[in-house]
Amino acid sequence: MKGNEALAEAAIRAGCRHFFGYPITPQTEVSAYMSKKMPKIGGTFLQAESELAAINMVLGAASAGVRAMTSSSSPGISLKSEGISYIAGSDLPCLILNVMRGGPGLGGIQPSQADYWQATHAMGHGDLHVLAFAPSTVQEMVDTVMTAFDLADKYRMPAMILADGLLGQMMEPVSFPEVEPHPIEKPWAACGHGGKRPHNIINSLYLQPEELEQKVRERFERYELVKANEAREEEYLTDDAEIVVVAYGATARIAKSAINAARAEGIKAGLIRPITVWPFPQKGIEKACQNPSVQKFLAVEMSMGQMVDDVRLVVNGRKPVDFYGRTGGIIPSPAEILAKIKSMGGAQ
Amino acid sequence: MAIVYQKPKALTDATMHYCPGCTHGIIHKLVAEALTELNVEDHAVGVCPVGCSVMAYNYFTCDMVEAPHGRAPAVATGLKRAIPSNVVFTYQGDGDLAAIGTAETVHSATRGENITIIFVNNAIYGMTGGQMAPTTLPGQVTQTTPYGRDTNTAGYPVRVCEMLSTLDGVAYATRVSVDSVPNIKKAKEAIKKAFQTQIEGKGFSIVEVLSACPTNWGLTPVEALQWLRDNMMPYYPLGVYKDKTAEGVKHHD
Amino acid sequence: MTKNILFAGFGGQGILFSGKIAAYSGLLEGKEVSWLPSYGPEMRGGTANCSVVISDEQVASPLVLNPDILMVMNVQSFDKFIDSVVPGGVVLVDSTLVSKKTTRTDISVYEVPATKLAADNGLEGLANMILMGKMLETTSFVSYDIMKKALEKTIPPKKAHLLDGNLKAIDMGMKYEG
Repeated sequence: MKGNEALAEAAIRAGCRHFFGYPITPQTEVSAYMSKKMPKIGGTFLQAESELAAINMVLGAASAGVRAMTSSSSPGISLKSEGISYIAGSDLPCLILNVMRGGPGLGGIQPSQADYWQATHAMGHGDLHVLAFAPSTVQEMVDTVMTAFDLADKYRMPAMILADGLLGQMMEPVSFPEVEPHPIEKPWAACGHGGKRPHNIINSLYLQPEELEQKVRERFERYELVKANEAREEEYLTDDAEIVVVAYGATARIAKSAINAARAEGIKAGLIRPITVWPFPQKGIEKACQNPSVQKFLAVEMSMGQMVDDVRLVVNGRKPVDFYGRTGGIIPSPAEILAKIKSMGGAQ
Repeated sequence: MAIVYQKPKALTDATMHYCPGCTHGIIHKLVAEALTELNVEDHAVGVCPVGCSVMAYNYFTCDMVEAPHGRAPAVATGLKRAIPSNVVFTYQGDGDLAAIGTAETVHSATRGENITIIFVNNAIYGMTGGQMAPTTLPGQVTQTTPYGRDTNTAGYPVRVCEMLSTLDGVAYATRVSVDSVPNIKKAKEAIKKAFQTQIEGKGFSIVEVLSACPTNWGLTPVEALQWLRDNMMPYYPLGVYKDKTAEGVKHHD
Repeated sequence: MTKNILFAGFGGQGILFSGKIAAYSGLLEGKEVSWLPSYGPEMRGGTANCSVVISDEQVASPLVLNPDILMVMNVQSFDKFIDSVVPGGVVLVDSTLVSKKTTRTDISVYEVPATKLAADNGLEGLANMILMGKMLETTSFVSYDIMKKALEKTIPPKKAHLLDGNLKAIDMGMKYEG
């Protein structure tokens, strides 16, 4: 299955019955798949008039208490950022897929990771975060969907899956785990009070600064819980590594090839792969900072260097952090990354 | 002692924040009466806009959702699709519905989305202090049309009911006014009919309510109502623009 | 062991389908596989290509930049990719459509007039499968039986009648001596 289709199927299996989309390359397979499947299982597929409308339909459906999602690619995500801010400000759970392509502006349609800053630091106006997952295989895309919905429900915040054109378009074998969706009670939902409770209000407006500050502080307390409990990462050959590559998503797969090639040449390279990019996992990097064999870090991204900022924040000057990236839709080759590793003096 | 008048059950006890002479209060009451009389308040969900009625969620006793500016029909679409048995309505002003939210308005209408829109047209942006609205009349002075709306540069007002009535998804589109007691009674009937249209699954319904904004028009409440009659009614004639409530707009195979 | 295969040609020649069959065959052999197409405007009337990786280990990079096996069905792709083939690699060329030669001596190039063979034998549209047959014969990247099974599983029941043609084309490619 194509990554995009696998993700759509996984969403359905996670109990999502409400999908609102708008066409954009390279994620259209998600909408196409949903449009085929949803009517057959009593779900809603709706092609909205715009990205703005689609994300606000998600806001409405999520307000009613159901699992809702939308998907898009970079330029469309910028349009959705308004709705995402409102969703975050209203403490609503939902899932947003960003199959990233080159930018800024209309950019290109080839794979990119240049929306990292947006997803992790500026997904809308105001003090807010979204859970941001960065799977690196089609199987991981599938597995992430259920987790993303579950955590979004648990922490009452939007979750985003950051994929890229490569993951969305590629086919890999996948298996769908036989797990039932576990939706939780949502006593806050605007689903009609049925005369059984006072009315629920889903809202992000607080005109009293004290009240708004209090709301935001409460939300950030939840964010602290998320940071403490939900950061995920994978380590690969880091124990004796001299050069630790940090890469996520599709880039991490390519970096792994480069690391294998480096090892074959006797260069001790390893990989830390953030699986969540917000919260940004710190343990692996922290451990590597304290590991005397580690000489340097190398962040590799399909951007001009965005995640590298988070790497530097964790490293905090203790060891050098270098960067290698390609942008505009160009996928770095294993050979390029290997050459970069070699140039860092890992060959001695 | 017999009770001869009661606040409708669907209105909370909160004190409204609207200016003196503003007709939002009347329209809120009509919506609440309709919800109460149709006995749907317990499974109704309202969507507030951005604009003067942004805090309407404090005034209705049904569940309420606050939407981003212009997006109320999209939010309502999501709410309705999630739980189709609920009665979902938006309450929007002219800037929200006919400027920033035009796409959402037109497309929810043409989809025949089974929701009800209460559209409050007072020809001005009230909350931000009286700027030109999409329904500001030609020549009308506002903060951003200090020499009067010049149609050569600022274009013409949007007649929402007329425009939407051309769309096949619209089951009911009507324009009413709350300038006088007889008109208020008619407005109430229209709002009830719009909700009834939704309850029967007949399709999209919209009630446009001509409304006064004395504060931003710079008039007393009484003068404002007269200004509405003299200036708005000729440009925005009252009446039913579309009524497919008998047959509905939905295909049923 | 990892085999990197690149399929390249025009949209409509069955390039993506060939790649799918190759990847699916690898999967049926119990290998790790990936399939990655070019997409977007690239596909609309222009060149189409796809990367297939078949490996004993988890596929690291699904993007094939230096193929072990290259199948090309137009001149543009021949020009673009011929120099990227690894030394010792195998190239299958549809010589009906590509008359160019390479000066490289470190790769094995098999020229098969696949489009003509297909036309002459009532197998229109199956030039890709003729080349696949030649690929099977020269590289044994999967077994014939496995590929047959992959085809059976990939072709939907509604189109079962197409299976015979596909198999015939593969046989023809395997037997072709150029």
